[in-house]
Amino acid sequence: MKSFVRQKGLVAPLDRANVDTDLIIPKQFLKSIKRTGFGPNLFDELRYLDEGYPGQDCANRPINPEFVLNQPRYEGASVLLARKNFGCGSSREHAPWALEDFGFRVIIAPSFADIFFNNAFKNGLLLIQLDEATVDQLFDAVDKTPGYRLDVDLVNQQILTPEGESIAFEVDAFRKYCLENGLDDIGLTLTDNSEAIREFETRHRAAQPWLFRDGAVRQA
Amino acid sequence: MAGQTLYDKLWASHLVSSRDDGTSLIYIDRHLLHEVTSPQAFEGLRLADRRPWRIDANIATADHNVPTSLKERSAGIAGIEDNVSRIQVQTLDDNTTSFGIETFGINDVRQGIVHIIGPEQGATLPGMTVVCGDSHTATHGAFGALAHGIGTSEVEHVLATQCLIQRKMKNMQVRVEGQLGPHVTAKDIVLAIIGRIGTAGGTGYAIEFAGSAIRDLSMEGRMTICNMAIEAGARVGLVAVDQTTIDYVKGRPFAPTPEQWDAAVENWRSLVSDDDAVFDKVVTLDAAAIEPQVSWGTSPEMVVGIHDSVPDPAQATDDTTRRGITRALEYMGLHAGQKMTDIQLDRVFIGSCTNARIEDLRAAAAVVEGRQVAGSIKQAMVVPGSGLVKRQAEQEGLDQVFRDAGFEWREAGCSMCLAMNADKLGAGEHCASTSNRNFEGRQGYGGRTHLVSPAMAAAAAIAGHFVDVREFVGTPAPTRRAVGL
Repeated sequence: MKSFVRQKGLVAPLDRANVDTDLIIPKQFLKSIKRTGFGPNLFDELRYLDEGYPGQDCANRPINPEFVLNQPRYEGASVLLARKNFGCGSSREHAPWALEDFGFRVIIAPSFADIFFNNAFKNGLLLIQLDEATVDQLFDAVDKTPGYRLDVDLVNQQILTPEGESIAFEVDAFRKYCLENGLDDIGLTLTDNSEAIREFETRHRAAQPWLFRDGAVRQA
Repeated sequence: MAGQTLYDKLWASHLVSSRDDGTSLIYIDRHLLHEVTSPQAFEGLRLADRRPWRIDANIATADHNVPTSLKERSAGIAGIEDNVSRIQVQTLDDNTTSFGIETFGINDVRQGIVHIIGPEQGATLPGMTVVCGDSHTATHGAFGALAHGIGTSEVEHVLATQCLIQRKMKNMQVRVEGQLGPHVTAKDIVLAIIGRIGTAGGTGYAIEFAGSAIRDLSMEGRMTICNMAIEAGARVGLVAVDQTTIDYVKGRPFAPTPEQWDAAVENWRSLVSDDDAVFDKVVTLDAAAIEPQVSWGTSPEMVVGIHDSVPDPAQATDDTTRRGITRALEYMGLHAGQKMTDIQLDRVFIGSCTNARIEDLRAAAAVVEGRQVAGSIKQAMVVPGSGLVKRQAEQEGLDQVFRDAGFEWREAGCSMCLAMNADKLGAGEHCASTSNRNFEGRQGYGGRTHLVSPAMAAAAAIAGHFVDVREFVGTPAPTRRAVGL
């Protein structure tokens, strides 16, 4: 996983609530057995005017000029400004993979869906939850200011605006630690907890042996 | 000290360790795998040279991509015509074979949608933690199990460590008291709940569904409710264990052995919230007031009773909501004030992890029996949730009821719920669907989904438009093609 410490990035606004993961990456692209290459199909049904399919060269597809990410002023954006309940629906990690592959590193919204939130942090994305009023102000500012960039500082947990304002944000200590250091949490779990897991498992098996099949499976 | 909720108990009994910031390690008893969200996890294991921690905790099956036509299915994986789908299904088979994980192959009678086969096999037990790389894993909470969907990185984490890194959720109780009206079902209850609290109403919470209307439901009905907890934003849905739960589990292939049974039941009896447990939020619904529900928009919260009309964006309380309604109406090709019963349909889909269990098929067949699918319907299909559900339905003659009426009778899989296989809507087509999500493009590019119960979908298939199933079943079944209902 890529680490994230501090980044100043162009902001793209996606002004709709309840953006679901089907919208972020439609199901036909979930047939891939890889973790990469989803960026060209991010928001596929909003970005293009035709139906996309896996393995296609998207360079020649008709573009929806009205969609925000197709507007030249947002080209190269790495901060996505969104509305409430972003990432709701399916647990597909292809959604953060697509966002990351496209070039986003930060998403700011009033709220996020739980599963998407977990998935995003495991892929080097920083998700920042701000109150509705602050998000409204940022939408206004982005709209009025071409080239609007935010300086996102994970270490000090603050966003610096071009107006010189500082917006503080919360992040779990463990998520912050993993993100700053680009750490694979499986390695951490095994290093820190293998013994605790084994001990737990022994007690658990003694208390509820029916939870362990030990290879003995009866047929239907 | 206040008592514990069911969720508190399940959390405490699986807690391995905790950090100061509340980040915790939770032990996972059952891990269900399917072809779409697992390949990258297996690849990750291989790249790091790791082995699964406990093989027997895992069960795998292919469901999302599998064709539902007998022609394609009869040739096994090789018969899958879509190359990309075939590779994904084959990859699951290769991965589970090489790691030694028990797998129900695509023509095994035990194959089906993961959330149907887990309970059916007794692989989902009360008191377990159950995870799967699929958000509808909430289904298994109907057994008093702590169950939720995870992403692919977490699939890999569970495979490698038998644990998940989690933070404890808050507790919500949704109480549904009183008696449901005739032909009003679990699906209507859960749609009404989502309509009330919204698709983000349960975010950050584990929802326990309680009250007399929930206790009166069968396990199938409870699974339908918990299944859609995620559509209310809650990863976890729960129902307390009672005799209905225990009776369902008994004798299933993966259930406790006869020697273990009494101890297991004694343990399971404690899987209820204490009387003095405190919930962070409580929502109450009157079961008798719930009408058959139909969704009109592109989010499950955009739902109304069958006798209501499509809402007017002008009445929204804020700009974001108003724009959301306007956009949904445009996508759905509906206008404000339009009666739900006036929405004409093109296709009908009875299936999915929400509503493809035997009880769902029985409810639909009871409405369909002796009637004909309306001539204006291009396709009406029934996709059983598992090979065993299909076999049971055939033993009861339900397949013949559906075929006689003009429905297609398919092989088990996720099918048109998310249209990863060949079963999909065309652009602009309206579908009465017993599935769980009406998102844009979900059932096919440009497709328009309306979420309903199996009985309501069946009635809509016969009428060609939405109709109140309670009035519909009161009319005598015509002997010929139904007209002018």
